[in-house]
Amino acid sequence: MAQQILLKNSDVPGLASFEVYRKLGGYASVEKTLKNFTPDQVTDEVKKSGLKGRGGAGFPAGMKWSFLDKSTSNPRYFVCNFDESEPGTFKDRHIGQLNPHQLIEGMILGSYALGARTSYIYIRGELFYVLRIIEKAIEEAYANGFLGKNILGSGYSLDLYCHPGAGAYICGEETALIESLEGKRGNPRIKPPFPAIVGLYDCPTVVNNVETIANLPWIMNNGAEAYAAIGVGNSKGTKLISACGHINKPGIYEIELGLPVEEFIYSDEYCGGIRNGNKLKAVVAGGSSVPILPAELILKTAKGEPRLMSYESLAEGGFETGTMLGSGGFIVMDETTCIVKNLLTFSRFYHHESCGQCSPCREGTGWMERILHRIENGHGTMKDIDLLVSISKHIEGNTICPLGDAAAWPVASAIRHFRQEFEDHVKLQKCPLSK
Amino acid sequence: MSLVKVTIDQIEVEVEAGTTILNAARIIGGNIVPPAMCYYSKLEGSGGKCRTCLVKVAQGSAKDPRPMPKLMPSCRTLVQDGMVVQNITSPEVMEARKAITEFLLINHPLDCPVCDQAGECHLQDLSYDHGLADTQTVEDRRTFAPIDIGDKIKLHMNRCILCYRCVMVADQLTDHRVHGVLGRGDHCEISTHILKAVDNDFSGNMIDVCPVGALTDKTFRFKSRVWFTKPFDAHRECTKCIGKVVLWKKGDEILRVTGRKDKYGELEEFICNDCRFEHKEPNDWQIEGPRKIERHSVIGQNHYEKL
Ligand SMILES: Cc1cc2nc3c(=O)[nH]c(=O)nc-3n(C[C@H](O)[C@H](O)[C@H](O)COP(=O)(O)O)c2cc1C
Ligand code: SF4
Ligand code: SF4
Ligand code: FES
Repeated sequence: MAQQILLKNSDVPGLASFEVYRKLGGYASVEKTLKNFTPDQVTDEVKKSGLKGRGGAGFPAGMKWSFLDKSTSNPRYFVCNFDESEPGTFKDRHIGQLNPHQLIEGMILGSYALGARTSYIYIRGELFYVLRIIEKAIEEAYANGFLGKNILGSGYSLDLYCHPGAGAYICGEETALIESLEGKRGNPRIKPPFPAIVGLYDCPTVVNNVETIANLPWIMNNGAEAYAAIGVGNSKGTKLISACGHINKPGIYEIELGLPVEEFIYSDEYCGGIRNGNKLKAVVAGGSSVPILPAELILKTAKGEPRLMSYESLAEGGFETGTMLGSGGFIVMDETTCIVKNLLTFSRFYHHESCGQCSPCREGTGWMERILHRIENGHGTMKDIDLLVSISKHIEGNTICPLGDAAAWPVASAIRHFRQEFEDHVKLQKCPLSK
Repeated sequence: MSLVKVTIDQIEVEVEAGTTILNAARIIGGNIVPPAMCYYSKLEGSGGKCRTCLVKVAQGSAKDPRPMPKLMPSCRTLVQDGMVVQNITSPEVMEARKAITEFLLINHPLDCPVCDQAGECHLQDLSYDHGLADTQTVEDRRTFAPIDIGDKIKLHMNRCILCYRCVMVADQLTDHRVHGVLGRGDHCEISTHILKAVDNDFSGNMIDVCPVGALTDKTFRFKSRVWFTKPFDAHRECTKCIGKVVLWKKGDEILRVTGRKDKYGELEEFICNDCRFEHKEPNDWQIEGPRKIERHSVIGQNHYEKL
């Protein structure tokens, strides 16, 4: 059985209550840390643990913390990104719903390390029921002295708030999130300056993903070395994978980084193989924005080595033959799937969610959706396929925030690996897989 | 202020630290200046959105000579000492600019023949310089009905490029902003707060900062093509603003009053609505003389040099 850090007790009834969580050893890391560690020592531990951000980009958490501007007397903020809206990604919700205290415990540790006196959990608006659960847990933490003034007599005080968004995917982008938290329209900011220098209310701010933060208690309890001992290469620790699509056992799994992809898809401990014994066609390994890979390239790298569930291995081969671990949204497609139709669904999403600030993304996402709609419905031309590639190329890298890239990569990769299928749509003037 | 050296398209210039690449290029002047559809030097926080001003930073600085991995918006990127920038000398930049121009046009109605902005429209200029001769789109364009936002300003949302300049004018010049951007993506629209009319001493400046014909002057609506009117610098004593304007005349008749724009199309000074909308009699104004239009735009190329 793999090491469990995030899902360990999820089967325990009442885990969301303070009482049960505390009985299982909850909040021990706060007691230990506030007593024995200075804030900078906590940052050092997190650095040494090798923990990378679980929100998608995989940026080392400790390094991000060390960029925080501590030179002014301005307040500093620690913000949890709970906007989870990427198609295929549904792991943070699980933590918030079943194990909210572990998130709060992590928030206390991170806030202490960064010197934040006020911290926020920004939660996706659609997850209103989870907001209720978290707010109740926050109340309990206050009542038991883990939040509020002078926590456990340490002299450190922290206020924690949970704030709902209003249903925009773009508010998961950290600077849009900050704008939204300030009560403004959720438009991403133009960077630099980065939030670590100019963030929430123009003060130094760190934004981390739910899962990143939920790892902190274990790291402080067990030490950075123990955490760094899990995993492979520079991919340390465990990762939540939300697996969906044409597999026998969709769900949320905690894996040790480095697990072979083949084992993840086919073993009974995880996805349990493809439904109806069908053939695997393609996988989108890290949420809808990462490049899609055909079966042969997701199971093995272009060099013929087994592909592993790790930051490095999934990225092996660059975008030509590789992809990204992303946020851990693992979407599996069997041989009955129409790649064009799937891509149309993704493109419709990005078109709908573009904030509209910058021209390439605002105009390009809609344009790609309209062309894909035409191709899927049998009205496409061969020229349209090249036009899609060129549009995606002109969006990529030319936008304010990575949503533009996120919209471009799926298009570019689907045509790179499945061009024949697009051409078949054009030749047959219909979807070859439709009855 | 310390000076830093930056090279743009092989031309070296010394500028104050903290200058953007775009403004450094404007100091050099000429055809190496990137086009800017959303940046407006007088509006704080503007720029970064349209992406027409993207340039390549081939060398970050003398200290860190690495090139920047992506094209950078020159209006929001500060120069560093020893920075090397490519604008028109970079094929990559020119290709991106062509693509951005196309993006800006795929939902644009191309209704120049009936648009009051034609002749002094920055999108028109951009398309002349970087547009394709043909369109690659076959789909319908998004459409909105034109609406009045207040009694002096007409909004043609179809033509808007979402530069946010008018929003910033309302935020930074007037005491209450009552309009803004509604919705997301290409279904965004400029709109007023429910049933509010844009009515403020300085709201007319929204017309002048709008790079396209999305916001036009209702008192000038369909009166004349701009190239058939002659611009004159004029001034009056005004208690609200500086009172320095451009009168656009046909014969003796003053058809339109605007602020004075520099060669990049930016207002030199904002003017009040009183000057703009309420003073159209010849004896309201002291005429200083004909105004030279410096822009290379349609009006500049056709008639104005000869006026
Ligand atoms: C369009 C867009 C949506 C995003 N949505 C989320 C999200 O829902 N949750 C999240 O944690 N990060 C999201 N991110 C990434 C964040 O910007 C940020 O990198 C992340 O919260 C940092 O946390 P981490 O370092 O712990 O991963 C999104 C990024 C983009 C561009
Ligand atoms: S890339 Fe898209 S979502 Fe991001 S700022 Fe530009 S328009 Fe908005
Ligand atoms: S109406 Fe004009 S000024 Fe306002 S955002 Fe649109 S293009 Fe810019
Ligand atoms: S002028 Fe620089 S992005 Fe618009």
